[in-house]
Amino acid sequence: MNLDDRVPEAPIEHMWSTHKEHLRLVGPRTRPHYRVIVVGTGLAGASAAASMAAMGYHVECFCFQDSPRRAHSIAAQGGINAAKDYRNDGDSVHRLFYDTQKGGDYRSREANVWRLAELSASIIDQAVAQGVPFAREYGGLLANRSFGGVLVERTFYCRGETGQQLLLGACSALAQQIHDGNVKMHTRTELLDVVIVDGRARGIVVRDLVTGEIRSHAAEAVVLATGGYSNVYYLSTNAKGCNVTATWRAHKRGAGFANPCYNQIHPTCIPVSSEHQAKLTLMSESLRNDGRIWVPRNEGETRSPGEIPEQDRYYYLEERYPRFGNLVPRDVASRNAKNVCDDGLGVGPSRLGVYLDFRDAISDHGHEVIGARYENLFAMYERITGESPWKTPMRIYPAPHYTMGGLWVDYNLMTTLPGLFAVGEANFSDHGANRLGASSMMQCLADGYFIIPITIGDYLSRHPYGDIDTSHAAFADAEREARGRIERLLAIDGSTTVESLHRELGRLMWDHCGIARSEDGLREALARIPELRDRFWNDLRIVGGAAGINQSLEHAGRLADFLEFAELMCRDALQRDESCGCHFREEHQTEEGEALRDDVNFSHVTVWEHTGENVEPKMHEEPLSFEALPLAQRNYKT
Amino acid sequence: MKFRLRIWKQASGDAAGAFSDYEVDGISPETSFLEMIDTLNERLTERGEEAVAFESDCREGICGMCSMVINGQPHGPLPGTTTCQLYMRHFDDGQPITIEPWRSGAFPVLRDLMVDRSAFDRILESGGYVTVHSGPKPEPNANPIDPEVAEESLDAACCIGCGACVAACPNGAAMLFTAAKVSHLGLLPQGQPERWERVQNMVEQMEEEGFGSCRNYAECEAACPKEISIKFIGRLNRDYLRALREPIDRHGPMDSQ
Repeated sequence: MNLDDRVPEAPIEHMWSTHKEHLRLVGPRTRPHYRVIVVGTGLAGASAAASMAAMGYHVECFCFQDSPRRAHSIAAQGGINAAKDYRNDGDSVHRLFYDTQKGGDYRSREANVWRLAELSASIIDQAVAQGVPFAREYGGLLANRSFGGVLVERTFYCRGETGQQLLLGACSALAQQIHDGNVKMHTRTELLDVVIVDGRARGIVVRDLVTGEIRSHAAEAVVLATGGYSNVYYLSTNAKGCNVTATWRAHKRGAGFANPCYNQIHPTCIPVSSEHQAKLTLMSESLRNDGRIWVPRNEGETRSPGEIPEQDRYYYLEERYPRFGNLVPRDVASRNAKNVCDDGLGVGPSRLGVYLDFRDAISDHGHEVIGARYENLFAMYERITGESPWKTPMRIYPAPHYTMGGLWVDYNLMTTLPGLFAVGEANFSDHGANRLGASSMMQCLADGYFIIPITIGDYLSRHPYGDIDTSHAAFADAEREARGRIERLLAIDGSTTVESLHRELGRLMWDHCGIARSEDGLREALARIPELRDRFWNDLRIVGGAAGINQSLEHAGRLADFLEFAELMCRDALQRDESCGCHFREEHQTEEGEALRDDVNFSHVTVWEHTGENVEPKMHEEPLSFEALPLAQRNYKT
Repeated sequence: MKFRLRIWKQASGDAAGAFSDYEVDGISPETSFLEMIDTLNERLTERGEEAVAFESDCREGICGMCSMVINGQPHGPLPGTTTCQLYMRHFDDGQPITIEPWRSGAFPVLRDLMVDRSAFDRILESGGYVTVHSGPKPEPNANPIDPEVAEESLDAACCIGCGACVAACPNGAAMLFTAAKVSHLGLLPQGQPERWERVQNMVEQMEEEGFGSCRNYAECEAACPKEISIKFIGRLNRDYLRALREPIDRHGPMDSQ
């Protein structure tokens, strides 16, 4: 497996400009001849499709939702980082690079992180030009707030619905390109496979979710913008439809999968309340700007939170991390919440929850100021739980949220499969072992607006256009396989529902490959996943057929891929015999319970190669270098 | 808790539909409305019956996918709330619940509770954007925007495109949806150059899609899960009339003296 990262030889601050100067281009007259497929219409997909179409490429864009605007980027709440230094608080490209690299626990490729920081400011410029109504100061200038893991205020926001506004901005650009005929949009269409011809990605096989038709599309390049795989846990903050199918199918066709065990458990989510719960809801991390996190100091506390006096409240983050306080990075906040609950200090009916309290913020700043910041989040919390954060503290608990792992990509965002690109959360590139808040949208839009439109030209310029169409035998073969899988699913005719098997997989993954992992737990998961897979393939019940709308069939196809992927995730977590960022191996912690890295043996990206069904995958390494920022133990205390 | 459900079942867009009756019991008050239907569907599947097809994705009230008329009200009884954010504690034990899809000629039923809302996308495609290509842009703080204006723009921009406004309107009008997008961009300096063309194109597309006309019933505002105000419809009408009345002058006022 070729893991040439294609990072140019240059000082880090000049890498991207040097690289761009040396990339081959496709001329404007030629671009319309090149067909590019974009799968997914979240921030990365919509911005990539719109940008490439505006340059003149012939873009075909796909999403499984009924409209591109519904992709799950829409649900991002808190904000987007940019090194604008509007607050005059010492921010810079270097500072954003430093925060991101440190936040990721030194498991990212430096060149990519620097580029992300470098492009961050242009994203804000682009979004404002599109009409994204960011929050403003009284004087009309852009407002900022702070997020976890940093000591500056560089986060731009639109109330608690920043993702919605940024996605509507990207989708409006996409809508224009659809209107002008430069993008052919296929909604309610799901990718089932990637088609390879002569070692290059040349198209995809899809299922029309309304008619059930299986068909193919050919192109000169395929861009996957299909998001992350947190739904492997069944309960996560992801949308119900989010799935690993596109990246997993690409992996099985030859794309290397990097760091699958890196997944972020977000600290501020509404705790699980019922057994039939289908989804967890995130409460924006921005709440940690003003909310104070605490639990009762004594086990068995029975008083309501308002009655517990100051001396009996344990503000554990403020006490343990005086410098960052409630704004420690997500992995640290989640782990500490789990620890206090493990110690029996948890609150709420399940005892799996901690308080996020706005009492002091309301009395310091007043109802109006806090309302302007969080009104819609408070309302959302109250709708879901029936409790008002104005009167009683929120209860929160960590939940699976974001996956730093994904398809391995080089500096051009191309996977190990030539012609197949991955952008946004679908790739692995920028967040190391832990993503900082307000960085995911930044990465999606950097990839989509500014990187892929340029780097894809370098690849396309080296290849002819229009030389094959879907009549090529490879498409017929891939379609046949896809139909075969659907027929096989429908033929099982067992007795267990997809939903219950997915819930079981989720439980298993949460217990053994969640906030904390251990060798024993991972080995047990690795033994039980194949059993679960057997039950799936022998006892699944799907009612209805392959034609027309069949939501159980859609879910079953996605779960089939999760059941294979989960094994790779645990395998990766087992081999990474260190703790780093969100990957916390209980065997490896400092005396204070922090993640303890093993830089000698694990300063690399783990890239997995698929070698066949029921054959152990092959492991490769991309060594990481730390030239711009020397390795250090993370410290959020002093 | 226990509920008697009457749910619209329709095999496909061409097929005739009818209500089917179901009962679900053992539902905890902390269950969301959609989880209640998930539970029903699991039980139906276990019995070998076809599940009720319905749409949902984010389940946190922002994607705009869920679309059910519950006891005659789009998104159910709670103001400012999408179906996915309704909880069974908002209903009485034993209460009969009737569930229908959005009913509008411009939103054809695809199956059971799923409808085709692509008409909304075509309205956006006809002009719901500011023409900007990706690439270097001017420094945004060079052009301050009154925070009140930005906030009002966001009040309109927060539309989730669910279609409850259409489902609630006796005329099946899409005025609130269209007005929200027109106002979001029309309020901001970035939206000015295309303001008059935009409103004309979007209104024309809206009419072409077969949505009805606004008669100020204001049902749309009452049903909107984001509580978008009908004042934006007034704004849309003003902009539209002005766009019709005044020819678009691309040169701007010129005074040689």
